[in-house]
Amino acid sequence: MSRYSISIKAFGEHAVLIEWPEKVDELILDDILQFKKCLLENYLKTNSWEFVIAYNSLTIINRNEIIEYKSFSELINVWYVTKEEVQLKQKFLWKLPVCYDLGFGIDMLNVSSELKLSVSDIIKLHTQHIYTVYGIGFLPGFMYLGGLHKGLDIPRKETPRLKVMKGAVGLAGKQTGIYPQESPGGWNIIGNCPISIFDVKKESPCFVSVGDKIQFYEVSKAKYDLCKIEIEVGIYNIEKQLIDA
Amino acid sequence: MLRIIKTGFFTTVQDLGRFGYRDKGVPVSGVMDSYAVTTINNLLENNREAAVLEITMTGPVLEFKEETYICLGGAQMSATVNEEQLLNNKVYHIKAGDKLSYGKLQRGLRAYLAIKGGFKSSKVLGSVSYYKSITTNSLVEKETVILYDKCSFFDAGKEVKESHLYLDEKVLKVYKGPEFNQLDDKQLEMLFFKSFTIAKENNRMAYQLNEKIKGHNVSMLTSATLPGTVQFTPSGKLIILMKDAQTTGGYPRILQLTEKAISILSQKKYGDKISFKLL
Repeated sequence: MSRYSISIKAFGEHAVLIEWPEKVDELILDDILQFKKCLLENYLKTNSWEFVIAYNSLTIINRNEIIEYKSFSELINVWYVTKEEVQLKQKFLWKLPVCYDLGFGIDMLNVSSELKLSVSDIIKLHTQHIYTVYGIGFLPGFMYLGGLHKGLDIPRKETPRLKVMKGAVGLAGKQTGIYPQESPGGWNIIGNCPISIFDVKKESPCFVSVGDKIQFYEVSKAKYDLCKIEIEVGIYNIEKQLIDA
Repeated sequence: MLRIIKTGFFTTVQDLGRFGYRDKGVPVSGVMDSYAVTTINNLLENNREAAVLEITMTGPVLEFKEETYICLGGAQMSATVNEEQLLNNKVYHIKAGDKLSYGKLQRGLRAYLAIKGGFKSSKVLGSVSYYKSITTNSLVEKETVILYDKCSFFDAGKEVKESHLYLDEKVLKVYKGPEFNQLDDKQLEMLFFKSFTIAKENNRMAYQLNEKIKGHNVSMLTSATLPGTVQFTPSGKLIILMKDAQTTGGYPRILQLTEKAISILSQKKYGDKISFKLL
């Protein structure tokens, strides 16, 4: 079991930030997920504790009580060096349909000329890779996905759009992602995913967790419309596979 | 039942916030000025989570359909019931049919209306707090109806004096943020020896400040942010995140406001001055 050198910092009176080496690295992410699980099961069990994981950091927040930083950070250190390997919660690979129709992919032709790749090559590169969810933030259900093919690295648009459609699939720098709701945004939009990543009507409003994986597959506009109807009437099942930890 | 006869600029139902969903990217939301709301909910002997109305800049006209007790707090907005002027932080008895209206904003920006037992809006993900893509019924519009339980027996007249003094406070007490140590002497000097002006861009998500400090070229991986986090952009702009702010961000987090400082700031408007004091 790997041990990293972690650093602990106070973050106001109700939170503490723990940082791992500053790298986008799946082994680091797994170590953070392990430690979070260990804390949740053994030490910080009440629901006044919240945990936010993003890339190389874990932020621990207590909504009710002030954290006595000095003693708490010492405890965290002890808990980290003595943690045993725990069975991580099941991780899933979610397969999400994307329609790359130019009606949705409003920046596709521009991306194609900028990257000197054909539209079908872009779709191929975008769908053949499996992405890791390194964090959820920015908007409810917005996933920070790592693992984009180098060939698709394109800067975000100079002037952000005031409105990007819900479900829009975009590229920006080393990242790809889905806008879970209509929002302003500066990413290059290449398609649309019909599935709601975040749905307040569900008891568990976001099916994806940090550590899960995402793969996109191409669907036609007709299939996209059918997905929408199936989701509407509640008979659509999102394709998923269990990943061995 | 509370009936909205006329709407104000922006009125929402809020409690202390929506907790437990930050890891899915859901902002905490909740009242901007928890100091004001805690004071008035206490006066009414309400649960600390009791829902209130947050009334921004200009107030609505409201009609109470049942007898109850209310307490106003936060900004001073010349509130009257049947022509009688009401004071903040004092419990008033309300009869069925009484109308509450707001007038000129005198001090602060956000006024609060607490009611005995709290407003009974439906909760979404554990909270009634308005947030655009999450709640549909917490925005108070014309003909909106908000429920509450009738109450006939309580003590009117209870009050807290002088709890409005914080409205004039200009100093925000702050802790060092996680990236505080990246600041150089010049930046530190600008941060703590200057005062800053609230920019036009100020709302429930964030308050931007007009004056910049010397910029930087530090890049970092996206990490968690909190209400009260001061973000430092490469161009030297300071952005203070508030209750509806996103849960993660990629700018250095140089300061962290205390909860009281968030309350003080939430009563500031465009053009007001503030400064930071390190704890």
